[in-house]
Amino acid sequence: MNHVVVSTDLCKACRLCVEACPKHCLELGSAINALGHQAVRFDSQECTACGMCFYVCPEPGTLTVMKGTA
Amino acid sequence: MVKHAKPKGFYDVFERKSQDFPAGETTHYCPGCGHGTVHKLIAEALVDMGLQDRTIFLSPVGCAVFGYYYFDTGNIQCAHGRAPAVGTGVARSLDDAVVISYQGDGDLAGIGTAEIVHAANRNENMAVFFVNNAIYGMTGGQMAPTTLLGQSTTTSPLGRKSEREGGPIHMAEVMSALEGPIYIERCTLSSPAGVMKTRKAVRKALTNQSEKRGFSFVEILSPCPVGWKMTPVQSRSWMASSMESVFPVKRFRDEEAAPKGNGRLPFLDDGALRDLVGAVANEVPTKVSTLSQDLGVKIAGFGGQGVMSAGILLANAAIHEGLHTTWLPSYGPEMRGGKANASVVLSSDAVGSPVVDVPQALLAMNGPSLDAFENHVVPGGLVMVNSSLISRKVERRDVRVFEAPVSDLAAEAGFLKGANIVMLALFALESGVIGIQTLKEIIPKSMKNKDLVEINLRLVDVAEEFHGRE
Ligand SMILES: Cc1ncc(C[n+]2csc(CCOP(=O)(O)OP(=O)(O)O)c2C)c(N)n1
Ligand code: SF4
Repeated sequence: MNHVVVSTDLCKACRLCVEACPKHCLELGSAINALGHQAVRFDSQECTACGMCFYVCPEPGTLTVMKGTA
Repeated sequence: MVKHAKPKGFYDVFERKSQDFPAGETTHYCPGCGHGTVHKLIAEALVDMGLQDRTIFLSPVGCAVFGYYYFDTGNIQCAHGRAPAVGTGVARSLDDAVVISYQGDGDLAGIGTAEIVHAANRNENMAVFFVNNAIYGMTGGQMAPTTLLGQSTTTSPLGRKSEREGGPIHMAEVMSALEGPIYIERCTLSSPAGVMKTRKAVRKALTNQSEKRGFSFVEILSPCPVGWKMTPVQSRSWMASSMESVFPVKRFRDEEAAPKGNGRLPFLDDGALRDLVGAVANEVPTKVSTLSQDLGVKIAGFGGQGVMSAGILLANAAIHEGLHTTWLPSYGPEMRGGKANASVVLSSDAVGSPVVDVPQALLAMNGPSLDAFENHVVPGGLVMVNSSLISRKVERRDVRVFEAPVSDLAAEAGFLKGANIVMLALFALESGVIGIQTLKEIIPKSMKNKDLVEINLRLVDVAEEFHGRE
């Protein structure tokens, strides 16, 4: 299934992906990561793997968008 | 299947010099900063387009100063505002390079205004990504040339006011006033759609660059949440509501341009170079003279007395004799009528420095020249004095002095302007450094105005007669 893998320790919790996702697949979590931020989490069945979150995210490696099952 | 992942245009791990920021996988940018997004778009495009190994990424001074921590490409970190000048050098010396000049608004529109305007005007082969966040981010949010009217910054706490600080500078519009650039577009990161349009513009500029079509300028309106004292999400709405009405987001120019050359001059061999600069000695030297030591000659007078052309004649005569030589002109602030002197060095070997601080010979065409240089002549040196204009005697007792009224001699022959030739011919005769015959051969070749050849040759005869009488 389409989904977004979050490298939690690389997230600065800017929220841009949360706002960008047309399907509202992302939200900020409550756990605090190594950088001291409440990193984003992915929790949804709706993801279309459009990549909007990936492109608005200013960090190179925080989000990886997966298409299909593998 | 991976659809979108960290582009390979980035290093896997970001090594850093600073102890405070150990190597890691995050950037040094603040949360929500636009620089990271633009970096990502560029890194992705370089890999997709197969340009990574050809790329020289020029990072600015500003928050993006550490571009070389991130981009797995060639990297140069440039002095503040000077990236377009560095890029000019790179583009002109490396034919295959993809040159990216990445600059902030303080860097490009403030301290580097001259560099960007002239690189654009020359249509230099480079892609410029101008990240405009309307502020000096790195130094703590000071007013930039791009700061909006009314916007408060640490140095405009009451808000920018045009009467006080002028208005925001519109760089894409400034670029549009120039004929050079082939592609100019302003984009914005205020929304996901804006980011995707920026992605297209980045690729367009890089396509132009990989095909060497000329100068591309992409201005990217970009948030600085920390400097603006907003959250990243607020900063995006402020861009849409305030920044974009001041800086219209649009394509200003997109020209179909053919690939342009690298701007280098053609290779010129020694002969072609001599022809080009009008040097005369473009044949094999007639003989090979040697000098026991290098000889520095200072020819000095006021502008219009022909001290420069006498120097060139001397240097050309030296080449004709198989010597090495240099000629170095020095003018006063006024090109004509002021003080002028020429330094000529003659040597049996390559000349180390063209500067003559302590001349072996001084050819003084007027009083001020004798006053200025008499004391610099080496002991045992030769001082030649134009006694038509210099009434005083040489004071030094440790130099050889030769006086001749060269202005009068030239005037009597009907050509006062040829006093320099009389002086030079007398120097040849008195010093023996160059043959008088050499001088006679050089004059017809070096005179641009052929009507003057005859009179100048006659002045050499006048000098010979005078020297014979002395
Ligand atoms: C010659 C010189 N002058 C001034 C500075 C101080 N300085 C460092 S960054 C900067 C402004 C950068 O602003 P901008 O180009 O807008 O980039 P940003 O940090 O906002 O991305 C200045 C003035 C410097 N480093 N070198
Ligand atoms: S994933 Fe990126 S865009 Fe989303 S909150 Fe984290 S840093 Fe911000």
